[in-house]
Amino acid sequence: MRTVIPVENGDALAAARGFLRQLLEAGVVEALLVPMETPSGTITPALVTDPDLLAAANPFAPVMGLNAARVVGHVSVREPRGKIGAVLRSCELRALVELVKLRQASLDDLVTIGVDCLGTYDVPVYVELHGQGQVDMAAYLATAQSGDLSPVEGYAFRDACEMCEKPQVENADIALELFGADLGAGIPITLSDELAEQLGFAPQEGDGRRAEVVEKVVAARTQVRDERFGDIRQRLDEEGIEGVFAACVRCHNCMTVCPICYCKTCLFKSPVFDHEPAQYMNWARRKGATRLPADTMLFHLTRLNHMVLSCIGCGMCTSACPTNLPVGRVFRAIGQQVQAVFEYVPGRDVEEPLPLVTFREDEWMEVGEE
Amino acid sequence: MAEKFEPKIVAFLCNWCTYTGADLAGTSRIQYPPNVRIIRLMCSGSVDPTYVLKPLLDGVDGVLVGGCHPGDCHYQSGNYKARRRIIALKEIIKNAGFDEERVWLRWISASEGQRFAETVTKMTEFLREKGPNPMRQKWAV
Repeated sequence: MRTVIPVENGDALAAARGFLRQLLEAGVVEALLVPMETPSGTITPALVTDPDLLAAANPFAPVMGLNAARVVGHVSVREPRGKIGAVLRSCELRALVELVKLRQASLDDLVTIGVDCLGTYDVPVYVELHGQGQVDMAAYLATAQSGDLSPVEGYAFRDACEMCEKPQVENADIALELFGADLGAGIPITLSDELAEQLGFAPQEGDGRRAEVVEKVVAARTQVRDERFGDIRQRLDEEGIEGVFAACVRCHNCMTVCPICYCKTCLFKSPVFDHEPAQYMNWARRKGATRLPADTMLFHLTRLNHMVLSCIGCGMCTSACPTNLPVGRVFRAIGQQVQAVFEYVPGRDVEEPLPLVTFREDEWMEVGEE
Repeated sequence: MAEKFEPKIVAFLCNWCTYTGADLAGTSRIQYPPNVRIIRLMCSGSVDPTYVLKPLLDGVDGVLVGGCHPGDCHYQSGNYKARRRIIALKEIIKNAGFDEERVWLRWISASEGQRFAETVTKMTEFLREKGPNPMRQKWAV
């Protein structure tokens, strides 16, 4: 059912907080996993059971410090667990779909509350803006109506957001559909008839501009994406991956923040690559020099092989890189090619099997027979 | 005068088919180039992409992955999974600036000693033609 959360005094954030409170109080969920404003001015996800604390909830906060699908995994992966509502933006919903397939999260007992994403800042940028009193939620939310998504002047959204061609919520139990809406008047939502009845909502159509505005945003973002993919492909072609990632210090931040890289026994965290000193000398003699830390390109190429088919493009890797490497661009650009080979769209459908755990006997019959 | 280039090949062969095929080539006294270094695994499906990438980055000229023909896997489906994994790997390294033609996947059964010898011969000739892996010179990888 489509309906609208009423907004009073033009304060959409207060209305959203009220809606979340209603979910708790009506017993739809026992707890909400939601971005919370902290006293220091940052935002962090928290699992909230006390409705009063939702006064600090901010489901629209324009900042992304982690892909919250990771922590949805923590609270949902096995029984016993609570009935939880998880507030997620579109890239987090897609990551959650992949994590469910990887058996690192579960949709059982979970109510997903998807929010159209208007773009996010890196944490340091958000903290700076907040410190200067420049985080104006009303102005930010107002950009949803026209689809002219823009950061505060002089600042930029995260690299991944600037080229995100899927900012709209597609698969969620409750979808807060911001695009095209006058959020000062009401927040359009889609939810099941059953939930709507439980919460006392009657059907109400929005003004129907969402599709049009989504199309406009997607077109603009796709153009940016394609330019950046073009640039990074040219660099990979000319410099190789060792050129693009030359400044990598192998801190593993990209892997740590990646929602898909979940392995607790990752080969690169093991002693496998703690070589003997004499081994480094062998390599240095063989090639005349050897890059240190060693196995850096092996790390990136292995990670590409292990997770790029599920890369949903949240770009947390780029945000977390201490040397500002275009990790997300490389992974997305290569991911697009590999995903096309398997006609796989990560995050699309929880029923669609992961390409590397399934197969058909009658595919690629010519491979291996030469 | 520069030494003549001889390619080095690292081969990951499954225990049940291709390794046994290689063994048959040997016991049948079939000649093939000595350019290949064989590593035996239980199944082509257990070849992690890292195994292929590490030698390529170190400068090995070619990597051969050998498994049972489709339908013949000792573990039912390992080779089907290997097939997808190698296809993904080749697509990835191609887009990351590597020459994916240096990675070969071949189905060779335990009775195909001749086919194993021919495959190694063909791959050696192919790599001689192609020349050394540029990674031999690249210290920054």
